[in-house]
Amino acid sequence: MSALIETERLTRILPETVPVTLVKDVTLTINDNEFVAVTGPSGSGKSSLLYLLGLLDRPTGGTLRIGGRDSEPMNERERAQTRLSTLGFVFQFHFLLPEFTARENVEIPMRKLGRLARPVMRERAGELLSSLGLGEHLDKRPDQLSGGQRQRVAVARSLANDPPLILADEPTGSLDSKSSEQVFTILQNLVRERGKTVVAVTHDLDMAARMDRRIHMVDGKIS
Amino acid sequence: MALIVDIAVTHIAGRGRQTLVAIVGVAVGVGFSIAMAALMQGGQDDFVRQLVDTMPHVDITDEQRTARRQPAEDYFETVAISGLRPRDDRRGIINPTAATSWLESWVPGRFAASLKTQGVIRYSSREIGAAIIGVEPERESGVSPIVGKFVEGSFSALAAGGNNVLIGNTMASRLGAGFGDTITAVSSEGLTRNFKIAGLFHTGTTARDEGEAYVLLKNAQILSARPNAINEIRIKLDDPNRAPAVARRAEAELGYKAVAWQEANESILEALVVRNVIMYTVVGAIMLVAGFGIYNIISTITHEKARDIAIMKSLGFPESDMRRLFLLEGLVIGAAGSALGWLLGFSMIYALSLIRFEIAATGQEMTRLPIAWSLTHYIIASAFALGSAAVAGYLPARRAARLNPVDIVRGAT
Repeated sequence: MSALIETERLTRILPETVPVTLVKDVTLTINDNEFVAVTGPSGSGKSSLLYLLGLLDRPTGGTLRIGGRDSEPMNERERAQTRLSTLGFVFQFHFLLPEFTARENVEIPMRKLGRLARPVMRERAGELLSSLGLGEHLDKRPDQLSGGQRQRVAVARSLANDPPLILADEPTGSLDSKSSEQVFTILQNLVRERGKTVVAVTHDLDMAARMDRRIHMVDGKIS
Repeated sequence: MALIVDIAVTHIAGRGRQTLVAIVGVAVGVGFSIAMAALMQGGQDDFVRQLVDTMPHVDITDEQRTARRQPAEDYFETVAISGLRPRDDRRGIINPTAATSWLESWVPGRFAASLKTQGVIRYSSREIGAAIIGVEPERESGVSPIVGKFVEGSFSALAAGGNNVLIGNTMASRLGAGFGDTITAVSSEGLTRNFKIAGLFHTGTTARDEGEAYVLLKNAQILSARPNAINEIRIKLDDPNRAPAVARRAEAELGYKAVAWQEANESILEALVVRNVIMYTVVGAIMLVAGFGIYNIISTITHEKARDIAIMKSLGFPESDMRRLFLLEGLVIGAAGSALGWLLGFSMIYALSLIRFEIAATGQEMTRLPIAWSLTHYIIASAFALGSAAVAGYLPARRAARLNPVDIVRGAT
């Protein structure tokens, strides 16, 4: 078990006229192969913390090490490259590119990374989608898929470049209970069977209870 | 990069009608620019061609650019000499045989020596001042502006010998004389000689049609009492653009003023440059308007695609990719528009080239619009289009690239 993410007094303050504190002095360590829930009431800063961990946002204070590397000196391009190769995002809404088919959506991060040959990418995208039960929907566009199916395509896309860390922001927040359960099981299997680390923001306490570890946030701090 | 191209094409293809309007906007701009350039250039070329055709490319006359120094000024180093009575110059090009044979040895073109003297043409008590030009018919036919412009008679009538004269039809009608009539020429020396009208020409240049009379060189020499003299050598070059070089060399060697057609028409050529500046300003303005169309569509796409930008950035696309993406979309529209514009421009030029019209003043000349077919116009118009497309795409692209994905992701949840 090694540390995948380490933060120390991580802070994010919005520089408005009246400064808004989103995340305050968060110190935590997330290890390999953990299934972590981030819980807390709305506005407690759990999503903001996730964006900081995912290098989508820059902290205003504290340090963040990801994969042993300090994020502070990284420039925009390096942060993008890190997101591409070591992180996968799943949002509450599927956030697929609407003009592309399910398979093309999964291929996009692979094409951006460009480590595989095109036919291999295509094959891998197909395999990922099939493993998530979408074998029959490879060539459908997002608007031809149900909410649960789209969310599973989004999970497949987050796995495209085989990153060690998946960050999920309310991944089941907009799904019915059956689809929620399906997506939850998939995320769980990523940890159990594929050795990934999944950090999921959720306000579903039953779901959080079934995860390895819970980080509860109130007013931007871990409580 | 192929990925960016795929996404760009998908974005553009996703909004067909809007894209089409933007492309047509660019195409109309490019098309009209090309057509306008072809017309303007055509008109200019036609104008210059007429200019070049009607006048000698290099005109050597028996004048110096600076007044001749008087012998006294060479002998005495004084501050100034005043009240000097200058020695009379013998007018005319000295040693014409040597001059012409020297020119013969190197000038790439044709030339003819002539003697031009001022005189009066008289017919039945009507008098008209005219330049009486003595020419050698064989040589003159190579440089003359009147050969082939005859209403009656022909240039070869001069070569037949005798006291023949060729005058313009305007002069003839002012004199009331007709083909075959005998007129009297009076020179500035006061000598008189009768000539028979052996040809009437119409060049379209009023000064020439009304004020020039062509006779044999020896007749002109007799009239001006200057045997064997010539005072003008006119040169027509195979390539008119070499005129300044030829003029410089001839002037340096012969010591007489040699004027290239470009020098003689400097102010006109300058006016043409101004015309070109105006034309390209208008082309630029058209392209600016087309550029607004592109700006508009790329701007709209970036607004509509804010979510996609956030997605792509969260997936790990750097800002430079996003800039490239929308810049590329602008350029694709610009390129498609300019390709369509080439077609439009070509069609318009072709249609214009079919128009024939009559010039009312003369009533007899059917003319087509002068049109220049030049690839340069197409390239310039495309360069303008792509340039404005690049700017119009880049501005919204830069803004889109700066978009913070967190703002979008947060807004959606």
